[in-house]
Amino acid sequence: MDETIEDTMIDDELLDEELLIEEISIDGMCGVY
Amino acid sequence: MPERAESLATELKRGLDAPICLTWELTYACNLACVHCLSSSGRRDPKELTTAEAKALLDELRALQVFYINVGGGEPMIRRDFFELVEYATSSGIGVKFSTNGAFLGPEEARKLAAMDYLDVQISLDGIDAATNDPIRGRGSYDIARAAMDNLRDAGFGPFKISVVVTRDSVAQLDDFKALAQSYGAQLRVTRLRPSGRGADTWHSLRPTNEQQRIIYRWLLANGEDVLTGDSFFHLNALGEPLPGLNMCGAGRVVCLIDPIGEVYACPFVIHDEFRAGSVRDRGGFSEVWKRSALFTSLRQPASAGACASCGSYDACQGGCMAAKFFTGLPLDGPDPECVYGHGDELLAVGVAGTAPRPSSDHSKPAPVAFRRRA
Amino acid sequence: MRGLLILGADVIALHGAYELHPQVALRPEPFGALAYHYGTRRLVFLRKPEIVAVVKGLASHGDLTETLVACGIAEQRWPTFIKALENLASSEIIRARTC
Repeated sequence: MDETIEDTMIDDELLDEELLIEEISIDGMCGVY
Repeated sequence: MPERAESLATELKRGLDAPICLTWELTYACNLACVHCLSSSGRRDPKELTTAEAKALLDELRALQVFYINVGGGEPMIRRDFFELVEYATSSGIGVKFSTNGAFLGPEEARKLAAMDYLDVQISLDGIDAATNDPIRGRGSYDIARAAMDNLRDAGFGPFKISVVVTRDSVAQLDDFKALAQSYGAQLRVTRLRPSGRGADTWHSLRPTNEQQRIIYRWLLANGEDVLTGDSFFHLNALGEPLPGLNMCGAGRVVCLIDPIGEVYACPFVIHDEFRAGSVRDRGGFSEVWKRSALFTSLRQPASAGACASCGSYDACQGGCMAAKFFTGLPLDGPDPECVYGHGDELLAVGVAGTAPRPSSDHSKPAPVAFRRRA
Repeated sequence: MRGLLILGADVIALHGAYELHPQVALRPEPFGALAYHYGTRRLVFLRKPEIVAVVKGLASHGDLTETLVACGIAEQRWPTFIKALENLASSEIIRARTC
């Protein structure tokens, strides 16, 4: 049980790191030049 | 937990407070009469936005912090105030990317463009030679486009873009297009043919075959890093590994179209009353339309899979392109007419498609170029 | 974790001074902000208001540590913020301040 909680916390940290910024392909839309 | 890229697209589908960019067709006037023209261009509309109205619109876009505009038409360089408007935009902090057939891009214009900041140019071309290109875009149009490219190169413009609508006749030329772009130090864009505008009349004979769609998909997987697609081909994602890009329809959520008379549509491929959100000439201007129009509000609601719910590929292809469905008379909550598994073909075959809608307006010149397929 | 996280050529130091690149436009959104670089034409999505606050605050604090503290970011989250700032540096969204 404790291990599961710990794993979840680690996952949250990783998600946190990944979710702070994200580059968007500027070409990501139709009608885009 | 949703996969990262998917949740970004999910957030964007709820709409942003302002577009990231938008397409602005400056004029319906055009010197060409391409058989697949998505805006059915040819003749100028007498209600075209004036220079003053255009500048006021640019002021509004600046205030909204729209980062850049995609300028097209018709042929945007036909407008006498073309350079004036482009300079007004870039000097007020709005980037300009414009698309042209090149007829008005002589050496002097190329030098002017080369001297401007925050400006990108895209030349349209639909065949690697006149034999392939000119039946679609008109006699002499290939030479015109190549001359414009030469002028940009000679003026030291730097990297420009070559934009190709992929058709049955040009699928075999994809590698050649890439080589052509490389020879100019330019970037290649390939885009999907849609049955929009005059495209409705030639779509059935020009669109890639189902087998060719697989060729396009494999080619994009192999070449997608250097080639732009504008996410035009996300309906092909049902074939396997997703293509690079956001893979979502941004119409009314992240992008939209402003037409030459100030009408706001969800995207350039749905110039039809059904997808008209309002007008920049309405009270509240463009901001009001973007933020509160009934159409855009409804496009920002989560979409249901509808008839595609039972298909395991829906998450990948999201039912494809609403413009393709609309102009082939298919229901919007069902398969794309070019569904890679043939679900669209099935519907078309049994006559689910009613009479396909015609464009709400047609600015075509009276005698369009007759389309003759090569033998 | 304190000190330097080195990733390729972009080093973000807690004692370093940074700023938003002058060619970048930062546009607030409900969920964070969009950062568009007019020179590179690249678009980066700042997905949380906290990273937006940090990026905006970089130029008006002595160094990154001050900025993180002023924005109320808990120390155990500093590594993820440093990583994000390294990404922003490599996209040229932020850069080192010369003064």
